[in-house]
Amino acid sequence: MMLWFFSRRRRPLVCQQVVEMVTNYLEGSLSAADRARFETHLAGCPHCTEYLAQIRETIRLAGRLTPEDLTPAMRTDLTDLYRRWRAEG
Amino acid sequence: MDTDESDEWLLQGLRSGDEQAFGTLVDRYYGSMIRLAMSFVQNRAVAEEVVQDTWLAMLRGLGAFQGRSSLKTWLFSILVNRARTTWAREARSVPVADAGPVVDASRFGPSGAWTEPPEHWIEEAESRVDAEKLRQLLRTAMDGLPARQREVVLLRDVEGLTSTEVCEVLAISEANQRVLLHRGRGKLRQVLETAFTGSVGGSSGGSFGGSFDGSSGGSSGGSFGGGTP
Repeated sequence: MMLWFFSRRRRPLVCQQVVEMVTNYLEGSLSAADRARFETHLAGCPHCTEYLAQIRETIRLAGRLTPEDLTPAMRTDLTDLYRRWRAEG
Repeated sequence: MDTDESDEWLLQGLRSGDEQAFGTLVDRYYGSMIRLAMSFVQNRAVAEEVVQDTWLAMLRGLGAFQGRSSLKTWLFSILVNRARTTWAREARSVPVADAGPVVDASRFGPSGAWTEPPEHWIEEAESRVDAEKLRQLLRTAMDGLPARQREVVLLRDVEGLTSTEVCEVLAISEANQRVLLHRGRGKLRQVLETAFTGSVGGSSGGSFGGSFDGSSGGSSGGSFGGGTP
């Protein structure tokens, strides 16, 4: 059982597995062994390296989305709400 | 975040009846809250109502707030709770993540190696694209994600919460959070690749201009439809 487990874990990763591990890699949730296998694969695979870079870029681009501004009407509504809450107390 | 006036300082103001402190907090978080609420209710008027409810619940809970989580995390947690309880939808009980790989299986050969590798688009996105168009594309892509994936991507990548905070806000496990994040990010990446290169696991070579313009209209919606091209 143990031997089977080991031999399976040590097999090199293929691209299709690597793309499914990308988030766990970025989240730091891979085991040390899997992380090493992941990085070994990347070192020899420009396509998966590109894929990882694109996921990082996607995250960066998402981070640039800006929230919309508060409309004056909503602001007034919320100020009223605050006054009501003050009156409650 | 602009923390000239820290959340903590403003909370003190709130407690002592400083209306301006409330206004500052509202300005700081309203946009993010509406965006999060829209993820649950997808109707502007209802989202505004959820946000109002949230502020009121926040004010009422002010006395009990210990400051163990950040104000943002606390506000978001209240909002998610209110959105879920008040506007509970049958859709929320569906499985946590849709099945299937994050990159279409047709792009790999029998050995699991890429046969149709990712096309390059990062440089294009960084240097040559109209920033507003790009934001529009991403917003549309976010809207196309299944709700739970959208919520996680929104909180993590757009709002910048930590994974622990996201789990707290959405009341999900770390493992679920990762699965949802993985699938959501993977789909956004695919939308970007498709928009920039015109390839969606099929023929490549679409020009940037045409496909990019087209995608904000409809093609990104199509790629989310069934998950397979």
